[in-house]
Amino acid sequence: MAFIDYYKILGIAKNATESDIKKAYRKLARKYHPDLNPNNKDAEKKFKEINEANEVLSHNENRKKYDKYGKDWEHAEQFEKAEKQQQHQRNSQQATGGSFSEGDYSDFFESMFGGRSSSNSRDSIKFRGQDYHAELQLNLTDVYETHKRTLTINGKNIRLTIPAGVRNGQIIKIKGHGSEGVNGGPKGDLHIKFSITNNTKFKLENDNLYTNVDLDLYKALLGGDITVDTFDGKVKLKIKPETQNGTKVKLKGKGFPIYKKEGSFGDLYITYQIITPTKLTEKEKELFTELSKLRM
Amino acid sequence: MNTKNFIHISKLCKHYNIEISFINSLNEFGLIEIISVEESQYIHEDKITDIEKMIRIHQELNVNIEGIDVVFNLLNKIEELQNELIITKNKLL
Repeated sequence: MAFIDYYKILGIAKNATESDIKKAYRKLARKYHPDLNPNNKDAEKKFKEINEANEVLSHNENRKKYDKYGKDWEHAEQFEKAEKQQQHQRNSQQATGGSFSEGDYSDFFESMFGGRSSSNSRDSIKFRGQDYHAELQLNLTDVYETHKRTLTINGKNIRLTIPAGVRNGQIIKIKGHGSEGVNGGPKGDLHIKFSITNNTKFKLENDNLYTNVDLDLYKALLGGDITVDTFDGKVKLKIKPETQNGTKVKLKGKGFPIYKKEGSFGDLYITYQIITPTKLTEKEKELFTELSKLRM
Repeated sequence: MNTKNFIHISKLCKHYNIEISFINSLNEFGLIEIISVEESQYIHEDKITDIEKMIRIHQELNVNIEGIDVVFNLLNKIEELQNELIITKNKLL
């Protein structure tokens, strides 16, 4: 457990007034508040630190204790215990402490102050629980068909249907699978963000897929049949004679599934890349020369 | 009109311990939409997350309604830009 310099966190001097603390806290809270920094874990961490610092320094008793023991907080516990025992002997009726609740506070804070102060005004307000954010990493081939997956989030197994055509960066919300509400408020939601890696040779744009297919010179000139790969298998295609380099062919309905439109697909666009032969034999050179003369 | 997916404003104010005037101001600024059904006013349940966010920004950061309006516009812009970035990245894949 490391000592935390709450003054440093708020960027104020040890002799800061209550108003200085309030001002510094508000300025930093506005900068790092989770609502203003969605999905920013660093800001969330910083906000918790700022809150904790404010919780200690803005309450006179907490600040006194922190200022008194500071770096020697480990001894403070023993000292406080001894002092409490003495107090107890003096007046067994005297009440001690307040009702503390669990919170996102550091070990240092918990050891000194036992938990969040009950004087916080938020205690009286019912709030929906925090939303959980999770990221699910999948390959493009995984989302070609609708399928079910079991995810373990915060120790709970959640059976999730992953719809075909879900996109990279897309977030789906699962109601009531977030954290518990505050003061009896409803549960938060679970937001799952899909991180999809394209593990195929196809380029995806909207619902359409794009790919290049190599075509040998003779097939491009004379025509013929070729077999090309689509996302869900091979397809035979007829090549027209005298096909030009860069010719595009559309295969209707052979693209990517359209999200939440069962059975609907985008198109597949194929671009032919004509490969000219290399390492020509003498005979071939001769024949190509002869051909070129015919075109003169 | 079926009010199944709508929450009565008075219930909402009681739950979050807020003044009705706060909700009315959010409505005036176009941040939320109040729906009137037979002299009762409701909010769609899909807007609750946004309203909670507005309450937190107002109460925890002392931001007034004008400020909330600015914050929400900027947050929406950030979201749009992030989505554009994702689409652009997808195109590069």
